[in-house]
Amino acid sequence: MSSTIAHGETPAAMNKAFALSTPPAPKRARSGPLADRLFGFAAKGAAYFTLGLLLAILTSLTISAWPAIAKYGLGFLTNSAWDPVQENFGGLVMIYGTLATSVIALLIAVPVSFGIALFLTELSPTWLKRPLGTAIELLAAIPSIVYGMWGLLVFGPVLAEYVQTPLQTAFSGVPFLGAFVSGPPVGIGILSAGIILAIMIIPFISAVMRDVFEVTPPMLKESAYGLGATTWEVVYKIVLPFTKTGVIGGIMLGLGRAIGETMAVTFVIGNFNQLDSLSLFQAANSITSALANEFAEAGEGLHQAALMYLGLVLFFITFVILSLSKLLLAQLRKGEGAKS
Amino acid sequence: MKPSFRHSLLSLATVATISTLGFAGAVSAQEITGAGASFPAPIYAKWASDYNKATGVKVNYQSIGSGGGIKQIDSKTVDFGASDMPQTDEVLKSKGQVQFPTVIGGVVPVINVKGIEPGQLKLNGQVLGDIFLGKITKWNDAAIKALNPTLALPDTAIAPVRRADGSGTTFIFTNYLSKVNAEWKSKVGEGAAVNWPVGAGGKGNEGVSAFVNRLPNSIGYVEYSYVKQNKMNYAVMQNAAGVFVKPEDDAFKAAAAGAEWNKSFYQILTNQGGKDTWPISGATFILMHAKQDKPANGTEVLKFFNWAYASGSKTASDLDYVPLPASVVALIQKSWGEIKDTGGKAVAFK
Repeated sequence: MSSTIAHGETPAAMNKAFALSTPPAPKRARSGPLADRLFGFAAKGAAYFTLGLLLAILTSLTISAWPAIAKYGLGFLTNSAWDPVQENFGGLVMIYGTLATSVIALLIAVPVSFGIALFLTELSPTWLKRPLGTAIELLAAIPSIVYGMWGLLVFGPVLAEYVQTPLQTAFSGVPFLGAFVSGPPVGIGILSAGIILAIMIIPFISAVMRDVFEVTPPMLKESAYGLGATTWEVVYKIVLPFTKTGVIGGIMLGLGRAIGETMAVTFVIGNFNQLDSLSLFQAANSITSALANEFAEAGEGLHQAALMYLGLVLFFITFVILSLSKLLLAQLRKGEGAKS
Repeated sequence: MKPSFRHSLLSLATVATISTLGFAGAVSAQEITGAGASFPAPIYAKWASDYNKATGVKVNYQSIGSGGGIKQIDSKTVDFGASDMPQTDEVLKSKGQVQFPTVIGGVVPVINVKGIEPGQLKLNGQVLGDIFLGKITKWNDAAIKALNPTLALPDTAIAPVRRADGSGTTFIFTNYLSKVNAEWKSKVGEGAAVNWPVGAGGKGNEGVSAFVNRLPNSIGYVEYSYVKQNKMNYAVMQNAAGVFVKPEDDAFKAAAAGAEWNKSFYQILTNQGGKDTWPISGATFILMHAKQDKPANGTEVLKFFNWAYASGSKTASDLDYVPLPASVVALIQKSWGEIKDTGGKAVAFK
């Protein structure tokens, strides 16, 4: 929107300038094509360079991971063993940990961020908007290791004492739910990692959501209010449909951050490479955490190749998620066309 | 501080000038680089800064982990590598490298059990292994009671804590357990990172000690200096001679003195004989190429460690590392005769 306005204005302003200065500047006109071409090359070069860089990273990852790929193939993805001594490696535990923590983080962060954005744009008194918005953005500036330490030393014990222990007593004996909350009450594991991640991505998602909610044309909203719509109806039927691309983009930004987060997760996930229960409180491991922990001391050979393979899997997961979000957006746009 | 800074600036300038003239080899020895194990990194850094003040030679040490140190020295990107795991003589021979120990450290089991004071709990290798195998799950298990008949042990679950990152500390710990617990050896084995059957993983010594301090009824293992500096609650261990010993400087020294250094520097100091030895001890090692492409740098490395053995012992003790006994240092200096320049002449270090 804003870019088209800029385009429309600049030539007009220039024409004016040309008209005022009696001799038209011939010098500029002559150098124009060359500069244009140079700029075009530079821009193209930058784009291709990035693409080339991506391919180079992918290639070098694949080459370093090759010993593990050749040995395990796709079975690596379903093998839950991780034994550096016997050189038997599988990525299932880490992949599960990465996905489970990210899903928990999204389940918590999306509704909360939606609430924050909604409050800031529709409900909050004007004097509160600025300070509250800034405070939430400040959360994004906290280094992830601080979240990790806080999670380990402050949040973990609270979670263990006031959430896990009561849940365990409540569900003891219940077949499915009981297993879901089992495990030693130490406050580290999948759930704590997911909650810490949620806190970390809330500022990103809510900032994007607030910004896109704010660009909804007031005319549309006011028309809806004028027709007697409630705040919820305005949000659900006007604001959300108008901003869905931005909202999904914000959620994907948060998901990307959650999947790639390393330091905070390492502190609270427990770094445990066994998959013997689906409990939310079970210590587990994530791909990034395993890489950070083991890479420095991994010997040449299969151990290192297996870690590289894990990195490749992470690359692939991010790629799939990005593709899925693009697909989702395309689908949404299709629906839009049908309606109008 | 200032003169030495100016000095290093000056030497840097000299290096720059001369290297442009093409005589880089002769002067670049004013700066040597090493990389590897993180366990001795604090003492190497302190030695390097003291040595720089004394001689003006700059020693860069990058704490990147033992695995990284081995890789870097293999590819000759550093003048010396450092590793917590000694390399076997065969491996060294095939790579054309030599190794020598620098300082000794120990790994100590730390606990957090209400009512038990530091040094009260007695453990042996079998029981420690069974705890980390998940076979002994309660503090009042019969096997622990048998070692501690007078202690009031609680009827609570044991929460084992171990290192999540690959580390030399884990290598020493698992090497010890493999020696004294047959089931550990067959099920888990030894290494910088192993497939832990139970337990939460903390990152680094600080991660493990944070877990142990926070979790009631937990047991973990950390380096000795960590126990001492943080006044952690430790357990005493039964050594190979059957005596219960406290983790102390003398107990680590005894472990080093008992090893057969004169045969090979491939010595893992776990479960050593002798009634005073701490059973979970280990030395940390330096790796160098036997044939030095840049003999001037080799000379500077050896000079640095020679200086460290002679004048760095007090610094080491201050930082809670245990210096090597004099007899071992003499053996090391003798072994340096194997480090030669391209012409086959031994690299000088005095």
